Amino acid sequence: MTTTLTSPASSSPIDLEGKGQPIVDKTFRWILFLCLAVGVVFLAVLLVYVTIKGWPRLTPTLWENMPSIRRPEQAGAQSAITGTLWVIGFTALFALPVGFLGAVYMEEYANPTSRFTRFVEINIQNLAAVPSIVYGILGLAIFARALALGQTVITAGLTLALLVLPVIIVSTREALRAVPQNIRHGSLALGATLWQTTWRQTMPAAVPGMATGTILALSRAIGEAAPLLLLGAVTFISFNPTGPFSAYTTLPIQIYNWTKESREEFQILASATIVLLLVILLAMNAVAILIRNRTQKRW
Amino acid sequence: MSTALAESAAGGLNPLRQTKPRYGEKVIRVILFAAAAVSILTTFGIVISVLIPSLEFFSEIPLTEFLFTTTWTPLFANPQYGVLPLIMGTMVITVIAIAIAIPLGLGSAIYLSEYAKPKARKVLKPTLEVLAGIPTVVFGFFALEFITELVLKPIFPQIDIFNALSAGIVMGIMIIPTIASLSEDAMAAVPGGLRDGAYALGATKRQVALRVVVPAALSGIVAAFVLGISRAIGETMIVTIAAGLQPNMTLNPLEGMQTMTSYIAAAGAGDVATGSIEYKSIFAVGMLLFIITFFMNMISIRLVRKYRQAYQ
Repeated sequence: MTTTLTSPASSSPIDLEGKGQPIVDKTFRWILFLCLAVGVVFLAVLLVYVTIKGWPRLTPTLWENMPSIRRPEQAGAQSAITGTLWVIGFTALFALPVGFLGAVYMEEYANPTSRFTRFVEINIQNLAAVPSIVYGILGLAIFARALALGQTVITAGLTLALLVLPVIIVSTREALRAVPQNIRHGSLALGATLWQTTWRQTMPAAVPGMATGTILALSRAIGEAAPLLLLGAVTFISFNPTGPFSAYTTLPIQIYNWTKESREEFQILASATIVLLLVILLAMNAVAILIRNRTQKRW
Repeated sequence: MSTALAESAAGGLNPLRQTKPRYGEKVIRVILFAAAAVSILTTFGIVISVLIPSLEFFSEIPLTEFLFTTTWTPLFANPQYGVLPLIMGTMVITVIAIAIAIPLGLGSAIYLSEYAKPKARKVLKPTLEVLAGIPTVVFGFFALEFITELVLKPIFPQIDIFNALSAGIVMGIMIIPTIASLSEDAMAAVPGGLRDGAYALGATKRQVALRVVVPAALSGIVAAFVLGISRAIGETMIVTIAAGLQPNMTLNPLEGMQTMTSYIAAAGAGDVATGSIEYKSIFAVGMLLFIITFFMNMISIRLVRKYRQAYQ
């Protein structure tokens, strides 16, 4: 183990580190490494386990067939796949414009020292940590009952939109903050208004960061199950949604329903559906990372 | 001339006056403000939606009975609403999760921040992020099918199929990335000069990590712990799937137990008649959950601000 005076991360031929007790120090390093390894090994075991268990059912029937209680060996998850697409489509439709515009207000327009701005900021931070089931209660009381939207695709979309809104606002603000002030000043100096500057200069420069944050937020919404339990997604659905006021189910809810069944065939089916869900999420994550790496701009 | 408009539109950046009034700019400003206000409306909506049914609930069931009695049987012919078994279940599972997540998360953070070479960091950090991105329903399935069946049953043959231990273990692993990444942020904010000073006095790397970096980043690390606990209390799918749905006033982690969240999920997913006392009980438990997590989130937010102010 070597350490230098200036930077603990780089190594140098001159060993300036105190001698101490070498065995204790080495053991400590190993313990830290093991702490990290637990998480990584757990992830690997989980992925291998669900893949092996779900392998026999990872066939086209998984997305071609509808769920069935009587014949698990024939059942598929098509209604859950289309349901997820519908719900996430509405989530994006509501959450993206509101999230982007809200972030622009907070970052470009609001007075950062005002009490109101700080209040909104703390509020967003708190909302990001509110348990997702509480959003389910909100959706049940406000969207499903008070606004009488019922247990439909649109209720689920609105509820998940509120759930991921803090994530979108925070990541969009970070993306906007990374755009150098010179660009804003240059635009304003040429006589552009604040909105012209924001719309034509700042926001286009922030698009990659906004895209990355958006993908991560939507992938969180795709995997979310708890609030939808309160919003009618658990009922047995063997048809594809036909519109915003249609009944629906989603992939995580379908997995939950199959997990509750005692027969082994359903557990295999659940594993196969988990693999499908994870492949979708990992693909989204990969795209997000790709965008981040491809477009990293040096100002 | 509209000086006020020009000033507000330029956000104080542009001292030059505009010659034409631009009403469009004002409209846009209002639209943007409305978008930002949605977050406040959300909080308001949460408070209203839990508060009104809860008040109706407490007009029928006294608050003292709710908080201090030990039987939770909303489905019985003679229902009793003592929330303590649900709090007990939440507590037992949270303690197990935290006992796993705090040491492992903090250890991971110290390793990533102080020991890992840049190349190793580039692989290890995104891997932890993937762990954070796994849906909780998948963790629940894994807790029930793998941890209980293949790991815990051979060790404790008397264990219930639905038990607190497997849910707590998996929840602990789930929270590691939260604790690790927030703690690491706090450690990265510690100025390099403090480390250099300690090295100059002959400290070893372990001494620098434990006696300089961790104490200096303590408020951020504690914030990470508090947020981790808040997430454990609010987690729903893992406990609903793996810990069972039986309220159980016990400390034995090998038994099944119901938490606040899994009661809300189970009652809300069933056919509960609107307006019935059972329906309102969902909101009463929801309010309790919201209040508890709200206070923990506030503590965490304050602690993060504290370390940011100290080093920036």
